[in-house]
Amino acid sequence: MPRMLLAAAALAAMPAVALAADATASAPAVVEIHNMKFNPATLTVAAGTKVTWVNEDNSPHTVTDRGKVFRSGGLDTKDSFSYTFAAPGEFTYFCTIHPMMVGKIVVKPAASSS
Amino acid sequence: MAEQSNQGPSKGAELNRRRVLQCMSWAGAGVLWTVTGGIPRTAGLIGDASAAEAAKGALNFVQISDSHIGFKLPVNPDPAATLGEVIAKINAMPAQPAFLVHTGDISHLSKDDQWDTADQVIKGANKQVHYIPGEHDVADADNGKAYLARYGKGTQGRGWYTFDAAGVHFVALINVFDFNPGFKSAGLATLGNEQLEWLEKDLAHRPASTPIVVLAHLPMWTIYEQWGWGTSDAGRALGYLKRFGSVTVLNGHIHQIIQKVEGNLTFHTAASTAFPQPAPGQAPAPGPMAVPAEQLRKYLGLRDVNFVAGKRGAPALIESPLAV
Repeated sequence: MPRMLLAAAALAAMPAVALAADATASAPAVVEIHNMKFNPATLTVAAGTKVTWVNEDNSPHTVTDRGKVFRSGGLDTKDSFSYTFAAPGEFTYFCTIHPMMVGKIVVKPAASSS
Repeated sequence: MAEQSNQGPSKGAELNRRRVLQCMSWAGAGVLWTVTGGIPRTAGLIGDASAAEAAKGALNFVQISDSHIGFKLPVNPDPAATLGEVIAKINAMPAQPAFLVHTGDISHLSKDDQWDTADQVIKGANKQVHYIPGEHDVADADNGKAYLARYGKGTQGRGWYTFDAAGVHFVALINVFDFNPGFKSAGLATLGNEQLEWLEKDLAHRPASTPIVVLAHLPMWTIYEQWGWGTSDAGRALGYLKRFGSVTVLNGHIHQIIQKVEGNLTFHTAASTAFPQPAPGQAPAPGPMAVPAEQLRKYLGLRDVNFVAGKRGAPALIESPLAV
């Protein structure tokens, strides 16, 4: 399992809005797993964005796309998982260990250079 | 609890005052049940009385569940040790079980070293073990490939199988794949069409007098939908099972003993060997429940299942916690 916690935590601490506005359209985004919830539950990103899930919970979790596009495997506390969304679309995902936990990634077309 | 009540001779009628007091202390804990004719009642005392009954049984086996090797939260930082205590308790049973069943969540995170540890500890019982996976055992990125490679030899589909022992037909069902994610409702487990068709065929030719034991990790009835404690298509499976005179459904997953009777079907969830979970709805979410260290072993244990020779109906079940 990729141990990307430090990088992810550093990114989380940065002003995400400013990053998202960056014309590169590939600024990383973070979903925190905390108290049996994905936070934010719905995240909107530009195509090309790498999304990182960080498990900050006491329980292990998985990040499992309903359409089977991405699947993290078990993430223990402090483990993380990343996936880069190349194309626009909507991706609903859940935790196979706690299937009441659900989340969504909305991928918009990458901003054209302006 | 000391093990002294397991050591005395079981055949004699030496009921001295000390022995009676020991039994009273067990009975007072209210954890020992037998189920006869579908009605649970207190009956077995874990020492001599149950031993004598078990010795007459046509089949005696033990269920253990939810060992979560790899778990390390403060409520139980060493689940291998408590699993070891459960195995020691099995080894001290006066009537040795024919085999063990493990109803899933052997590991915490589907890792080989966690299964290695579990195998090492369970090997101490020197018994055949029939396993089914919990959702924690299929949490690898390939969704169960590692579990099936290790434990799934000779099974059908995604790990389901049957076996027979002393005239009892065992059906091991897998309900830890293909959850209905909780986008609109709670995420209940599913058995799936392929497995249900296989089950229907497997049961079709069997006489209704065959005692059936069903193993499945998640409960086969909806205990608490908000926490996903149920199996959405269990009803179809139970439809195939209800014509049988004795059906005993043994589940894990919820780390506590809850029982239900529905005609000839009796349902029993099991204690964990690692840590307790809250009663349904008694916490914001399911998960490890913090308890004082000196209380932990009251929540952990094993279940002894006895089919008594010549008796029709449900087997006698004896819950045996690590401490009372």
